[in-house]
Formats: sequence, structure tokens, C-alpha cells
Amino acid sequence: MTGFARETSEGSQEMYPRGETVREELARELGGVAGAHGAVLRLPEGMVIDPNDFEAESLSDETMIINMGPQHPSTHGVLRLMLELDGETVLRVKPVIGYLHTGMEKTGEQLSYIQGATNTTRMDYLSPLANEAVFSLATETLLGVQVPERATWIRMLMAELGRLSSHLTWMATNGMDLAATSMMIYGFRERERILRFFEKTTGVRMNHNYIRPGGVAADLPPGWEEDVDAILNSVLATLEDFDNLFTGQPIFRERTEGVGVIDAETAIALSATGPVLRASGVPWDLRRAMPYLAYDQVDFDVVVGTVGDTFDRYAVRMGELRESVRIVRQIVEKMPTGDYRVNDRKVTPPPRGRIDESMEALIHHFKIFTQGFAVPEGEVYVAIESPRGELGCYMVSDGTPRPYRMHIRAPSFVNLQSLPAMLRGGMIADAVAIVSSVDPVMGEVDR
Amino acid sequence: MSDTSAVNPLDVLGIPWSAGAGGQLVGFPSRASYAEAVRSLCDAGFTMCSDLCAVDYLAHPGRNLPEGVQPERFEVVVNLLDIQARRRVRIRVQVPAVKPEVDSLFEIFPGTEAMEREAFDMVGIVFTGHPDLTRILMPEDWEGHPLRKDYDVGSVPVKFKEPGVSPEDLVHTGRDREERLAAAAAAASSGTKRVR
Repeated sequence: MTGFARETSEGSQEMYPRGETVREELARELGGVAGAHGAVLRLPEGMVIDPNDFEAESLSDETMIINMGPQHPSTHGVLRLMLELDGETVLRVKPVIGYLHTGMEKTGEQLSYIQGATNTTRMDYLSPLANEAVFSLATETLLGVQVPERATWIRMLMAELGRLSSHLTWMATNGMDLAATSMMIYGFRERERILRFFEKTTGVRMNHNYIRPGGVAADLPPGWEEDVDAILNSVLATLEDFDNLFTGQPIFRERTEGVGVIDAETAIALSATGPVLRASGVPWDLRRAMPYLAYDQVDFDVVVGTVGDTFDRYAVRMGELRESVRIVRQIVEKMPTGDYRVNDRKVTPPPRGRIDESMEALIHHFKIFTQGFAVPEGEVYVAIESPRGELGCYMVSDGTPRPYRMHIRAPSFVNLQSLPAMLRGGMIADAVAIVSSVDPVMGEVDR
Repeated sequence: MSDTSAVNPLDVLGIPWSAGAGGQLVGFPSRASYAEAVRSLCDAGFTMCSDLCAVDYLAHPGRNLPEGVQPERFEVVVNLLDIQARRRVRIRVQVPAVKPEVDSLFEIFPGTEAMEREAFDMVGIVFTGHPDLTRILMPEDWEGHPLRKDYDVGSVPVKFKEPGVSPEDLVHTGRDREERLAAAAAAASSGTKRVR
């Protein structure tokens, strides 16, 4: 290896066998031993145990380390879990990620602010509109641009429909993981209705590039109220079906209740957000706690669980679907009239008709699409509540038309850290249900 | 909401601070006092570390910093969250280009484990005290840290059709295909920029 390679290679990403792991590190999985080295799961300091009070070595010849993934069908993409098993009991877990890494943060530095949304939208491919929204909000904060009210409400409508579609997909795949194939069919059927509306509005089913710095790409199509109303009615009916099929079903309850429990303190220490955090009883929803867009003008409840098990995470998402329907109904009612993008020709391209008449319009159009617009120097962190938790965008501008640094705080990436805490001590058969309940989207984890 | 939200926690702790875009509170502790400052903020109610990332300021050295803060090549940016009082604070700590080391926050916030590994993998910041500082997104044997500004962006040259090529020439047999593959491989090895 060359000098640089030696400097940058820090050894294996894998989990070490029990024999090669120091006692302190094994103790860490039970909590509270500082200064350890190795690679296992992480628990917060608060949960102190006596290092002599566990049988770390006695199991050494009976355990085995196996790989689940990266191409296991229940891992929602290319997640690889290294599991140490004692019989069927999971002792240690290490998620190994990076199989889908495509350097999107580096790509983000090469694209102008106009093009940036096409990049971020591809990270979390189940809720692309949330990614576009956070990128646009960060850019607008740096620009100091106020978008028109209608643009804000359209963004909110699309974000909530996106949440519906994302949670429905989760219902579908979660059902599939627990061998309930009808959930799969119903969930995807409803999602398809929403994607059809997205296609009508934005032109594409996914990766819309619809929410852009300065507003949205196009106004809502004529008759959108009826379309949205039909979607909501259909979703509500399907939620009834889900309740009948799944919520009260004994097999499902058996498989999810008391499985993969994570308490509030651990969830906060591990920086978990979204349904994972709320299921353990912390009423933390950025839409309520730190309102962005116009969420302070709509009425909704923050759904929380009590135990923090897999069933609670299911129930929280179920409740959030109903709350999103409530929010969307209010948005339809309150949708203001006006412009759908800011009337600042430095930021948004002029309407097609103006280009034929006005030299300035043509210049602005040309400048925006060849150079982009310069954003004042500064740095900003903007966070919104995506279906998976806190989706943040940290952006540094050096005054040029391209972000100097564009970092996305991906909720799935951080939430994956709570998997070892959830899986520990459980059965290998429950691992599938627990991984699914965290709802990781690997596109966002690996970026 | 308690009345402590009106008090600037950074001012109380004596950390240099400024107001960022959108009125966000940004603190600039020194590298030596970084972990200690974060710990006192944690004790002051900022019980969640929502984000940690690193920035390479190689190509943009003249940024705005409060008085007394010496700019360095790297910066580690930490976003802390106070769930009770519903407020955020951002910590930016300067890390020099030579021996870019900074204390790990793992013992304060176990949730920074993956984020610090990502910052190490992408920018090459070494977090001392981290229990498992290995690459997380890039392959283990990868050389270099891609989000550094002196790391080249790799590119594959766009291949256009040669002028004067008739459509018949593009119809190929099996033997042609092998030749074309060999030519493509040769072009790829010579034309592609080697990434470090």
C-alpha cells in the first residue's frame, strides 16, 4: 500500500468475532463501559451495568456470526446485517452499509442551485418531494427569498401526499415482510393513485424536481381538488381494510407486540427521529415543534406510542396516515390564490410568453439556465419532518451559483443505529419485522 | 416553554458565537474545549445530537468567523437539539489540515457513532475516542476522502459517433463485438481520469 492508502485504511468494517473482541466492548452492548475498542453495538452511558455481571466468554464456542443481506429480500434494498447468534437468539448486530453509495453530496457540489433539486430528490426515493422541499428551503433561507403563499401551500399539499404515499408503501412492504401479501397489493394500489396525481401535477411519478428554489415548477392542474378528494376517500377506505386485516389480527399482534422495544431515553441518545422516536412516547414532530412551511396554520395531532415496540411503530404510522388525510383536507380548503413561484427574475425563469417580447426576460432566462443564480455567502441548517424523521440540509455557500457544501442529514441513516439496540436479545425470526419497522430507505442511507 | 429559551446558552457558557442565516445560533468553541462545550450544552438541555458533518474549507478560506476564531482548513459542524425547549444550536469547531483530529462525542451522544464515521470516511477527520472509526460508505480499501476539495471528480468521457460513419458500419457481428469491447476497454483505461 502507498502512504496515502495506509493513512486512510482503518481496517475492516465488519464485526469482530467474540474471541477477538475485548471484554469492555462486549460489555458495552449491555451499556456503560468507557474506553473500549472493537466493533459492536452502542448503548448510551446512562444504562450502567457491572462488567463482571454477564457471561461474555462462556458463549464463545456456541455463537456464530452470520450475514443477513445485502440481498436479503426483507432488508429493503442493500442493507447488510452482521448478526451474532446463540442458537436463534440475536446477541450482537452490526449494520454494514454503503452498497448504494453514489456520492450524491459530492455531486451536489458540482450542480447549480437550479439543478440541485434533481439530485436531492433521488436520495429518499419513497418521499422525493420532502427532499426537494428541504433543499429549496435551505437555498431560500440563504437567498432571503420569501416564496408566495400559494407556493408554500402547494409544497405542503405535495409533502403530505408524499407522506401518505411513503407510509402506504411502508404498510405494503411491512405486510409483505410478515407474509401478509394482501397488504402489499392494497398498499401499492393506493400509492399508485397518489403517484398518478403526482404525474398529472409534476409530469413524472417519482424524482419530480417539482419543488424548486423560488417556488414550485408548475401550478396545480385544473380539477385537482376532485382528484385529491378521491385519493383521500380511497385511502381512508383502505385504512379501514388495513385495520380489519392487520391491526387486530392475532398473528400480527403476536409477531409485533413486545418485539424490538426501544425506550425513549435510548432513542434520544441514539438520535432516532420520526416514528421510531414517537413510538417510544416522545411527542417530537418538527411540524408541530418547529413549524416550517405553514404547518402552524393547520390542525393535526402528533401520534405517539407508549412501549416503543414494533407494533407501536406500526400504530404510529397508521395514525399519521389519518392525520395526513386531515391535514390535506384542510389544505384543500385553505389553498390561497396567487402566484406559484416567486416573482424574482433572478431566481425563477420568466414565463415562456415573455421571452418572445422582452430582451430582459430572454437574458434572465439564458443566465439562469447557463450560470444559475449566485447565493450570498453563508451557511444554514434547515430541517423538516420527512416520513422517516428529521430530514436536514446543511448548506454552505461561498457566493457562487453552486453550493460549496451540501450535506443531507438522512433520517434513515441515523435511525439505523438503533437497530442493534432493538434486535438484541430477540429471535432471528423477529429481525425481519424489526428491520422493516425502522423503515430504512437505502438510497437515503448511502446517498 | 421555559424561560431559559430566552437566554443564549452559548453566552452563558462563554463560547464565542454569532447568529447565522435565518437567525440560527452558531457557537465556535476551540478544538481543546470542544467536547467539554458540547457536554455542558448537553447538560443545559440539548440532549440530542441531530447532525454532525465536516466541511473542507480549502477552496473558500475567507469565510466570516467571529473575532478570535482562527480559521483552519476543516470544520466539524454539530447540530444539537433541545427537545424540551424546542430550540437548536450549531457548533462549528476548527480542525487544522495537519493532523485533523478532534475529540469524539460518542461518550456524550452514542448517536454520533455513524455520523462521525461518515465524517471520517468522507472528509478524513479523525475522532479520537471513537470506538470503531472505520469507513462506512466507501469500500474498506478506498484511498482518500472524497468530500475533500482536493479530491478529483472522476468522469467518463462522452462517446460521440465519428462523422462519416454509415449506419451499415454500426451493424456488427460477433467478431466485431469483441474488437469493439477491446477498443472500449482501451479507451476507458486511457481516457478516464484517475481518481485519487
